[in-house]
Amino acid sequence: MTENNFWLKKIEINVSEAEKRTGRNAMNMQETYTAYLIETRSVEHTDGQSVLTDSLWRRYSEFELLRNYLLVYYPHIVVPPLPEKRAEFVWHKLSADNMDPDFVERRRIGLENFLLRVASHPILCRDKIFYLFLTQEGNWKETVNETGFQLKADSRLKALNATFRVKNPDKRFTELKHYSDELQSVISHLLRVRARVADRLYGVYKVHGNYGRVFSEWSAIEKEMGDGLQSAGHHMDVYASSIDDILEDEEHYADQLKEYLFYAEALRAVCRKHELMQYDLEMAAQDLASKKQQCEELATGTVRTFSLKGMTTKLFGQETPEQREARIKVLEEQISEGEQQLKSKNLEGREFVKNAWADIERFKEQKNRDLKEALISYAVMQISMCKKGIQVWTNAKECFSKM
Amino acid sequence: MDMNSFSPMMPTSPLSMINQVKFEDEPDLKDLFITVDEPESHVTTIETFITYRIITKTSRGEFDSSEFEVRRRYQDFLWLKGKLEEAHPTLIIPPLPEKFIVKGMVERFNDDFIETRRKALQKFLNRIADHPTLTFNEDFKVFLTAQAWELSSHKKQGPGLLSRMGQTVRAVALSMRGVKSRPEEFMEMNNFIEIFSQKINLIDKISQRIYKEEREYSDEMKEYGPIHVLWSASEEDLVDSLRGVARCLDQCCKATEKRMSGLSEALLPAVHEYVLYSEMVMGVMKRRDQIQAELDSKVEALTYKKADTDLLIEEIGKLEDKVECANNALKADWERWKHNMQNDIKSAFTDMAEENIHYYEQCLATWESFLASQTDLHMEETSEDKPESH
Repeated sequence: MTENNFWLKKIEINVSEAEKRTGRNAMNMQETYTAYLIETRSVEHTDGQSVLTDSLWRRYSEFELLRNYLLVYYPHIVVPPLPEKRAEFVWHKLSADNMDPDFVERRRIGLENFLLRVASHPILCRDKIFYLFLTQEGNWKETVNETGFQLKADSRLKALNATFRVKNPDKRFTELKHYSDELQSVISHLLRVRARVADRLYGVYKVHGNYGRVFSEWSAIEKEMGDGLQSAGHHMDVYASSIDDILEDEEHYADQLKEYLFYAEALRAVCRKHELMQYDLEMAAQDLASKKQQCEELATGTVRTFSLKGMTTKLFGQETPEQREARIKVLEEQISEGEQQLKSKNLEGREFVKNAWADIERFKEQKNRDLKEALISYAVMQISMCKKGIQVWTNAKECFSKM
Repeated sequence: MDMNSFSPMMPTSPLSMINQVKFEDEPDLKDLFITVDEPESHVTTIETFITYRIITKTSRGEFDSSEFEVRRRYQDFLWLKGKLEEAHPTLIIPPLPEKFIVKGMVERFNDDFIETRRKALQKFLNRIADHPTLTFNEDFKVFLTAQAWELSSHKKQGPGLLSRMGQTVRAVALSMRGVKSRPEEFMEMNNFIEIFSQKINLIDKISQRIYKEEREYSDEMKEYGPIHVLWSASEEDLVDSLRGVARCLDQCCKATEKRMSGLSEALLPAVHEYVLYSEMVMGVMKRRDQIQAELDSKVEALTYKKADTDLLIEEIGKLEDKVECANNALKADWERWKHNMQNDIKSAFTDMAEENIHYYEQCLATWESFLASQTDLHMEETSEDKPESH
């Protein structure tokens, strides 16, 4: 399928399998990693049938590479986040091991979600590198690196500097930054407490399982009570084992929240880019203003601004009118260039703000929809858990009352 | 457990109705009502101790009045129990709550400990009152009715403390002999009580553990709801949903507290009482074995003509009567005890099941109402922009 009609047809993307592999890493040491199978299908509009068009294996680090590329080339977009690299916010039963099958399974779902988010984004979905990620197994890494995106990336230091020194950022971005900080903080807190609650709930359910064994042993010496005890014990076992499925479902809910925890970082990245551009603009304007002033002083002969040339002129004698003319000419050229640059930077800045804000609005709507649905699904999970509980305890009560 | 046991339990099956009919014989004939309350601390130069107020209401003729109010301390209860054991060595005397609490308590008397003890003391006295034989015991009457000084002087009468302190070496030897000649039915009883004791101890531990886990769960839940409220402060569209979830979590937290208190009201004290009861029963078995052994040793003496035969024959005659009485008393009381045990255990666990059902029903209601409020609004929102999901 060519690139063009890739986007004309509706596509389905699945990360359908995960496989353990061994290979050699950059330092020629043996390593174990997981590879994920990505299958792309195109869907015919007429009959809804889907046809497998591409199928390849990728590992997590390649997803990271793709995302880093997108971050550099689309700084005005809130780029969807990847699922976590390492398991965090775990409660005691879950392992923090990256090779653990449950973790791998949840990561598979997370990676699929990432690809779907990118594919459904009106701008990102058209990116060629993304298209190649889905279609060209070999050589993809080289292709990405050839774009030289790593060189284009803004240095962290520069960005930090800009954040501190920028004077007039767009207020909306400042607010957005605060919002993303709050979001990150509150979701982290929530996930931590959730993990502790899950731990405790697990404890409550599992201890009831001990009843089963003891009731069974006790029933051996009882005549009238024996049957009731035995069957009640069975229900206690059912109760105790029901928590495993319940908490597994909750992990998916936690993953939904985690996605937005990581989205907060994506939001901050956009804000940072704005601050960087704004700072750049401010510096350019400042530079231009100072050059204009220098020029004016030279022309009128008044010295208000300090310049080394001025200083040395004072010490070693006045410069000749020709020298002064030459300097004025250089400055005028620089000023003209500077004005052009400022104009284009201004334009760039405004474009950036406009586009970024459009995507942020899109993101906000998506976030509200998704989180509302997540909360609803959480309620549904709780309801199911309560219904199971009522069922088991009603059965147990019947057994007890027959003792 | 309700002191006034007139309120009938809702029958849930024909079998339980039959059990009820048997059991409710006693409430109809009940003519002695006892409550234990108002713990009070007393400080003297030598010691600090707690007294409890005991109120007795009765219609019995042999009581001088129809209502009595006295104050007793734990020591007095110990004295009563000792006297009952002495008068009826092969009857199953109800257990007293423990003297000390084993695990980590800083003060001897904290509120939970006192409350637990008060409830257990009340149970103790009511069990005696419900017992067909023990209820007419003279020391029991004195305990319920005498003023403090009357009780002290009454205590000084009768055999000294030493005669009841622990088991002497001879007693131990006797009881071991008694085991060898133990009749079949008492063998069965003994097997039962040994296994029962093991199991009820385990159940006691498990139940305590459940309470602890529920408490820790409840503590974590207390934090869970408020985070959602905090989050709602930085959101616009999500405020309703977040606050709704917070409300549900808070309600569930409250429901958990209720479940816990139900557990500590009904299941925990009931199971723990039977832990102590099983020890009492094992003591009764030993005492029966001792009485039997006394007879057996005299019979053996007769066989080897070790002493004056006539005297021995007379003694043996008395002892045979004693053994027969003891065995009959124990047999009857055993049946009664077992019957009560079944009912009490059944009732305690049925209660626990009820508490859990109620807990889940409450939580279900709160989440369902949240869901209803959300899906009404949710219907209006489109999901066209959502990515395709698997």
